[in-house]
Amino acid sequence: MTPDMIRETHFETHIEQKAKPAPNPLGANRGTPLNLDWVDEVRANTSAIERRAQTLVTRRTVKKEWQAAWLLRAIACTDLTTLAGDDTAERVRRLCAKARQPLKPSLVEQLKIQDLGLTVGAVCVYHAFVETAVRALEGTKIPVAAVSTGFPAGLSPLAERVAEIHRSVEAGAREIDVVITRAHVLGGEWQALYDEIATFKDACGSAHMKVILGTGDLMTLRNVGRASMVAMMAGADFIKTSTGKEAVNATLPVGLVMTRAIRAYMQQTGMAVGFKAAGGVRTAKQAMEWLFLMKDELGRPWLEPSLFRFGASGMLTDIERQLEHYATGRYSANYRHPLA
Amino acid sequence: MSIAEKYETMEYGPALEDAKEALHWLEQHGRKFGHFIGGAWQQPAAGGFFETTDPSTGEVLATVAQGDAADIDAAVQAARSAVVPWQSLTPHTRAGYLYAMARQVQKHSRRLAVLETMDNGKSIRESRDIDIPLVARHFYHHAGWAQLLEQEFPGHSACGVVGQIIPWNFPLLMLAWKVAPALAAGNTVVLKPAEYTPLTALAFAEICQAIGLPAGVVNIITGDGHTGEALVAHPDVDKIAFTGSTEVGRAIRKATAATAKKLSLELGGKSPFVVFDDADLDSAVEGVVDGIWFNQGQVCCAGSRLLVQERVYETVLAKLRARMETLRIGAPLDKAVDIGAIVAPVQLERMRRMVNQGVKEGAVCWQSTAQLPESGLYFPPTLLTNVHPSSMVVQEEIFGPVLVTMSFRTLSEAVELANNTTYGLAASVWSESINVALDVASRLKAGVVWVNGTNFFDAACGFGGYRESGFGREGGREGMYEYLVPTWFQNAPMLSSVTVGVAEMSSDEEAGSDSESFAGAGLDRTVKQYIGGKQTRPDSGYSIPIYAADGSLIAEAPLGNRKDIRNAVEAASNAASWAKTTAHNRAQVLFYMAENLSHRCKEMAQVLARVVGEEQAEKETAIAVERIFSYAAWADKFEGAVHTPPMRNVTLAMHEPVGIVGVVCPPEAPLLALLSLVLPAIAMGNTVVAVPSEKFPLIIGDLYQLFDTSDLPGGVVNLVAGRSAELSKVLAEHDNVDALWYFGDAPGSARVKAASIGNLKQTWTNEGRAIDWFDPHQAEGRMFLRHATQVKNIWVPYGE
Repeated sequence: MTPDMIRETHFETHIEQKAKPAPNPLGANRGTPLNLDWVDEVRANTSAIERRAQTLVTRRTVKKEWQAAWLLRAIACTDLTTLAGDDTAERVRRLCAKARQPLKPSLVEQLKIQDLGLTVGAVCVYHAFVETAVRALEGTKIPVAAVSTGFPAGLSPLAERVAEIHRSVEAGAREIDVVITRAHVLGGEWQALYDEIATFKDACGSAHMKVILGTGDLMTLRNVGRASMVAMMAGADFIKTSTGKEAVNATLPVGLVMTRAIRAYMQQTGMAVGFKAAGGVRTAKQAMEWLFLMKDELGRPWLEPSLFRFGASGMLTDIERQLEHYATGRYSANYRHPLA
Repeated sequence: MSIAEKYETMEYGPALEDAKEALHWLEQHGRKFGHFIGGAWQQPAAGGFFETTDPSTGEVLATVAQGDAADIDAAVQAARSAVVPWQSLTPHTRAGYLYAMARQVQKHSRRLAVLETMDNGKSIRESRDIDIPLVARHFYHHAGWAQLLEQEFPGHSACGVVGQIIPWNFPLLMLAWKVAPALAAGNTVVLKPAEYTPLTALAFAEICQAIGLPAGVVNIITGDGHTGEALVAHPDVDKIAFTGSTEVGRAIRKATAATAKKLSLELGGKSPFVVFDDADLDSAVEGVVDGIWFNQGQVCCAGSRLLVQERVYETVLAKLRARMETLRIGAPLDKAVDIGAIVAPVQLERMRRMVNQGVKEGAVCWQSTAQLPESGLYFPPTLLTNVHPSSMVVQEEIFGPVLVTMSFRTLSEAVELANNTTYGLAASVWSESINVALDVASRLKAGVVWVNGTNFFDAACGFGGYRESGFGREGGREGMYEYLVPTWFQNAPMLSSVTVGVAEMSSDEEAGSDSESFAGAGLDRTVKQYIGGKQTRPDSGYSIPIYAADGSLIAEAPLGNRKDIRNAVEAASNAASWAKTTAHNRAQVLFYMAENLSHRCKEMAQVLARVVGEEQAEKETAIAVERIFSYAAWADKFEGAVHTPPMRNVTLAMHEPVGIVGVVCPPEAPLLALLSLVLPAIAMGNTVVAVPSEKFPLIIGDLYQLFDTSDLPGGVVNLVAGRSAELSKVLAEHDNVDALWYFGDAPGSARVKAASIGNLKQTWTNEGRAIDWFDPHQAEGRMFLRHATQVKNIWVPYGE
């Protein structure tokens, strides 16, 4: 046993004891029949939404220990992601190692958070690396998420998209990030969109389904709101902004529309749907802004990985730097933190 | 509490802005300030000081001088002696000073924001992100007006010395709104900041010093209401600009009535916030937050009356209650606080009292459960339901974070409820339908209407109210006019009593005299009042004889009384649809009127000649035709503007008629002056009750034939002959008259202004100056049209 392995084993035990993912307090989404009234009633005034998004982040801030705590929370809610054409098994293993131990041990000690057993929320990869990731994360509670259904465009034949879900689930993915056919939204074909997502949900079985709306492709906030409602009715466990491959990814106005849709759906059905902001979230400051949005618009339960995730890769390094700054009082540098 | 515990609770925690720099600045001044007079700090004449405190802690921040009449006098003198030096600078040099002010505000923005927050209790977010940036923007924008003054306002001069009294809710911003246009127009200023919040004004005084502003151009006198009174009363002040309560506004109107002081008032409001069932309701709820929970609700234009369409009423209330729970109340310097402290105990007490009384009257009170800080002056966000238009809390301005809500069924009912107020400052309309939003916006009686938004402000867009919310506009071109007067008017001679000269007649004469014979012989000529398009006998049953210049009797004119005025105002009110006829239609009526007059010129001149002589009579009738043509031309050309504030938005500055305009006509040119006043009013869509000069009321007889043959709808112009003094008082005191134009002697002007305070109607008088009604440069055009209209700024943000 190398010293590294010893530490890893120790860490795992730790996780077994401490890391109990908070369950969704309101119960998982079971979906509803398609109700077109709920779709019709969606209103999104772009200017007003932009103003709210703009001022929301100037109304809130966290400092000192609170800031440290919130930064840790951002880590816990991160889907550490690699979705590049040049991904390799080794690259994925490196990511998984970082997922287990997102902060260097010295920093964990300085922050006195050894007992938290902090890990990221999930590791998110293409289907090809699901097994690699599952193996690399063995002994932890960290789920593997697979992007699926012809990610990122989602335009391969339906049967193949469904089969892709099955294969990823069989390979051990506990979360499936599906993409929708954006044309259904642009054409107002709500029944088609509903059926598509419901089919995906069926294929996911017990795996958690995150529905990627590709908001950058939907063009209007109203479309984002409508697509959110349909996705939730069709059984989405999470609604997710983007693939990270669109020209515009997660923006706060889009997030605001989606969180408001989640709230409206919860008020109608009593079921809570999670939210994932993906793409374009790179800094600790942005992470805080998303957490403010979640807390103020949806409340404390949406600060748990069971209901909120970031899809990010680079953001973690910036958070580590900020945490080290908090711990030492000195500004930190990227190279001081282990790569993902 | 450890990080791990905070990780569980996920509370925001304190995030206090550092007050060190602001405190250091206070210490530099020994926490004691004199007045800023003639470019230097001066001790108060009587030696009095008072304390200004932080309302969130009760701590004394500094002591400041208590100004009295002697201090005001010293400041006005300093301002007076600075007028000539200031005006002799080039516009560019003056623009440079305003630019320097903008830059200084930006360079010291955080210190000013912190100081504002400490003195006022508003959240640092607001002072940092809203107040101070708007201050800088205001100085930049007006640096521009200063630069362009001569090109853009030809023929205008500054008023001179301006006295400005500002409120405590936006201390430095209101200073900027007042000082920037005044200086840009070439005035000098004596400014009195509010008693509760003098500190940023004093910091501004220091900025004036720092940029080397010539001494006396800006003077700042601190003090209370008495200090303000002394400023208002000072005889050497040319204009008073006031922002504050309607009650004080009334007192100022009255106090300045007997003077020629120009006056602008920006007063209270009870602004409606109208939500239709097709609105983005979540965004509307955020709008409510920005409307009534901005600056603790201590905002004159706060959307304090929420009107929601019945179908979504409960939904909106549920959303609102939920949103109230996430508002954070606490230390104003905390960067994550939404609602800070109330400015003073007396204000807090007023809120409590009014909410309690509202509840006693049956209102259901919902308040956020957020824990208020243990000490300091705080009031929770409050929602009052089960209220009605007749409830006190619906009618009166609470000036706190208290929202009243009612539902409506239809668009028309929404408009009716929204306009059911003595105020008319601002309004907010929420609908995703442009048809609904703009229809409602056009029908609301308010100086500012925000579509799908609220509390937008910008230096380029005029701000100011209808009705008892005051008069005059601040910001943009319309705001600049408040600090300018036509140069010819400034130089116009005072009317001598001889030219005005209609001697008071004795009561004997009033009854008419049967024994006198009519010089014209022939059939008796009967002239009646012209009310609602009909000739009506005077209510009094009396007539008065009208004599020619040679002393011969021409005919008898009706002697109008208050009931004739009442009936005429009623008729004018019933003719309100005139405002909705198209400008093209109004132009057509006016063109036709000119045509018809041209055919009667000779006949009219003959009668008129007996009073004013042949030469003037011919001139009057000839120019009258031209003047009617002019206003026919203007009817569809005095257009509004589209302002471009720095956001994705159009602001439509619409010219709207004022409503019912009373016109009291001067004797110098009985026909031409009357038409010069009545025509711009009706060209813009107002309806008019005019009192012809006592010298020649018989003009009514010719005019109603003219009006009737020209298709002017009945009630648009109503003519009531009688004693000017008596009838002008009735008009001034009539609460359904929206504006009163009095042209006559100076005492008459004073009487009209003093009597106008009931509904704070807009008055326009000649201040006893002679106007050459034959000179179109003086007696025709934009100045008249500006008085005939009020600007409504409709903000329309766009973007899908």
